Amino acid sequence: MVEVAVFVVAALIILVGAVGVVVRNHPVHSALSLVMTLFGVAVLFLALDAQFLAAVQVIVYAGAIVVLFLFVIMLLGVDKVESLRADRLGGQRPMAAVVGIASVGLLLAAILTGGERRVTGARTVTDPAAGGEENIKALARSVFSDYVFAFEATSVLLVVAVIATVMLARKPPKQHKDSS
Amino acid sequence: MLQMVWLIPALPLLGFVLLLLVGPRLGEPNSGRLATLMAASSFGVTVAMFFALLNREPEEREYVKTLFTWIPAGNLTVDFGFLADPLSITMALFVTGIGTLIHLYAIGYMHGDPKFSKFFLYLNLFVFSMLMLVLGSNMLVTFLGWEGVGTCSYFLISFWHTRDSAATAGKKAFVTNRVGDWGFMVAMFFTFQALGNLDYLHLKENAHSLSNTTAAAIALFLFIGAAGKSAQLPLYIWLPDAMEGPTPVSALIHAATMVTAGVFLMTRAASVLHVVPEIGTVIAIVGALTALFAATVAVAQNDIKKVLAYSTISQLGYMFLAVGSGAYVAAIFHMVTHAFFKALMFLGSGSVIHGMHNEQDMRRMGMLRKLMPVTAITFIIGWLAIAGVPPFSGFWSKDEILLGAWGKSPVLWAVGLVTALLTAYYMTRQVIMVFFGDARWESHAEEHGAHGDFKPHESPWIMLAPLVVLAGLAAVGGGLNLPFTHGTKLLEQWLEPVVGEFEHHSSVTAGGKFGLAIAATVASLIGIAVAYSIYEKKRRPAIEPEILARGWRYDEVISSFMGGPGRKLFEVTALADAKVVDGLVNKIGNDTQDIGNIIRKIQTGYVRQYAAGIGIGAVLLLVWFVSRGVL
Amino acid sequence: MLAVQTTPTWYLVLAAVVFAIGAVGVLIRRNPIIMFMCVELMLNAVNLSFVALSKALDDIAGQTVVFFVLVVAAAEVVVGLGIVVALLRRQPGATADDVATMKG
Repeated sequence: MVEVAVFVVAALIILVGAVGVVVRNHPVHSALSLVMTLFGVAVLFLALDAQFLAAVQVIVYAGAIVVLFLFVIMLLGVDKVESLRADRLGGQRPMAAVVGIASVGLLLAAILTGGERRVTGARTVTDPAAGGEENIKALARSVFSDYVFAFEATSVLLVVAVIATVMLARKPPKQHKDSS
Repeated sequence: MLQMVWLIPALPLLGFVLLLLVGPRLGEPNSGRLATLMAASSFGVTVAMFFALLNREPEEREYVKTLFTWIPAGNLTVDFGFLADPLSITMALFVTGIGTLIHLYAIGYMHGDPKFSKFFLYLNLFVFSMLMLVLGSNMLVTFLGWEGVGTCSYFLISFWHTRDSAATAGKKAFVTNRVGDWGFMVAMFFTFQALGNLDYLHLKENAHSLSNTTAAAIALFLFIGAAGKSAQLPLYIWLPDAMEGPTPVSALIHAATMVTAGVFLMTRAASVLHVVPEIGTVIAIVGALTALFAATVAVAQNDIKKVLAYSTISQLGYMFLAVGSGAYVAAIFHMVTHAFFKALMFLGSGSVIHGMHNEQDMRRMGMLRKLMPVTAITFIIGWLAIAGVPPFSGFWSKDEILLGAWGKSPVLWAVGLVTALLTAYYMTRQVIMVFFGDARWESHAEEHGAHGDFKPHESPWIMLAPLVVLAGLAAVGGGLNLPFTHGTKLLEQWLEPVVGEFEHHSSVTAGGKFGLAIAATVASLIGIAVAYSIYEKKRRPAIEPEILARGWRYDEVISSFMGGPGRKLFEVTALADAKVVDGLVNKIGNDTQDIGNIIRKIQTGYVRQYAAGIGIGAVLLLVWFVSRGVL
Repeated sequence: MLAVQTTPTWYLVLAAVVFAIGAVGVLIRRNPIIMFMCVELMLNAVNLSFVALSKALDDIAGQTVVFFVLVVAAAEVVVGLGIVVALLRRQPGATADDVATMKG
């Protein structure tokens, strides 16, 4: 019973936030709506016994990524209001509508037909999520044994990303006007 | 010993390569000497081959030396090989022998020409090609040489290419030859299809298994090729024009060697002709008609070389008459003697031209025997040979041909006889106009103003020596195949392994042969006498109707056809090619471009539209998955 | 009280809807920053569905995937915003439609 209530409330928060991101004119408003959505998702993670992920979601996503977004918005002054009246590219709106409705429809069709059988397919191939031990221990065991290569690869990825961004976002070097 | 047969063409090839690399540096006369040396060494090797073959039993006188497999293409396997048998060695002997003499002569004749070394370059290349032609072990190697001699003929005819007439003559020769080459190629296709093989020995063994139609097709198309190369009706038109080339070229290519390639080819195909004697009849008729036709035209020519050119066409006609009548030995015999006396006369005419400072019109010559004695005597020997006066070589060989013709049909024999009469007539006319009679050049001396006292002079020894050698051969060459007993028929015995089984042996009695010989001699004497009375004694007016001088206007007809309606046809074809073929190709290109232009519009540059595309794609994938029930 | 239980299906449906909203947002909006945020929405929807399935199948691998998705999303945001900064520095006020030099 409690679960249902939690779910309904969280879902509402998420949906309002999502629509807000898409609909709001002002970028900062969109960013705040995104934060709303992220919190809602974190709540649902908790409801699904993924405590570690819920924490990480808040810290990393809401705490770092959205802040990064806000930095960029403020830094570059893209807080001008964008007009949502008309789309310069004709056919884009109908296209978007089609994509949206079709994807929702098809995904729902996939999810709802077949029912529980579809959703609960193959049994555990790695460690059980719940019951055995704490979530964080199970997750740690999975990451550092079965997926340790991916873990190392992502660490490399982060380094590369940082270096790349530093290079990308540099001001172009000034030309020296001396003889060479 | 016989394995060295590949050296025979290799030596002139080496000469060609050396001259190509260092010819201009060697200059005159060393480049000429190098070329002559190569030709002479080739002759030496050929003589060695001859003796090597002689050492063997007659049945075993066939040696094939394969250098490598030239075309290994599934069913068609063509080797690059040489066949040394009596026929090919005979051809090689006189090609290299006379070739060497002419090389020597040319050193003197081409003295002072700025393209001296290039001339010998081409000459050596020609000798190489001709040797490939005669020594080839299969039709394709022969064809290689065939094309090679055609090309060299083009090079050498238009050697003085700055002269329009020479360049045109070269083109004409090449194009006309090409028509013949087409025939040769078609014959090769038929041969391959029927026998799976282009080898001569294979052909000889298996020709009897050919169906009549196939054999007829092969023989006919080979003859078309031969007619082109050996200047028979209707493809003879290039030979008179080919006289634009320097005289050594006319002697070597257009008298002694290249033009005989057609006769050689038909002799190689004797086994095929044996299956379809009707085609032999066709060949004999064409040969006889050509002989007569050319003889009539020669009667009215005033250029010293043109007379000899038409004479060559006429004598080649005799050879084909022999081939068609199944008298292969006679054809080869006449080929050899003709090479001797015709080359002799061409070289002699060259000597005359040289001594007359490039004058070629016989009406401006006369009484040259006093000023050019050696040239005159050798030329006269050649004249006696061609006129068929015994005991010179021409008499014996022409007689063999007439004997063969009689065996085929008395009508053909009669045509041959009339031609013999005409031959004697026009050759006598030539000899008288050039060497006897009034010294007409004196009245034209002023035209050679700058030379002051113009007097024709004898040529240097380097040009006279070959004349003397050839004269000797023309005189005694008959000894190759005297008809008295089987023992004296040396050439016939020699060629027995190659053509013996296909030879049509005459059934005429000894008395009959004697009678025929008398008839031929009488015809020659009549011709000589008539010419003598017209030109020397001036008893009758000269019979030189204009239509003969213009070659029965055959050449003009062809030119006007090709220039007029022929050209229209070619232009239509060219237009069709440009419009249809090119149009189609261009259309494909243009259509591709247009389609590209349409598709290009998808790339709008707007990232959001690309994103929309991705979205649609994902939706479609979802549709597919859901409908399949995968999800 | 209703004996209704939240089944994993509910979570999946919710994730699908959020995903669609995010997709529509990417297609509709012109501002690059907001387009990016919509992409983050889509990623979140996917994360949600992974975790739901992880719970349903009793398999920790689902959460491991989410862990990595988070890392990669962070890296992606870093690079993406770097590009946006570079773009907007040259042309202040640029929108996604102004970056059309790849027009064929």
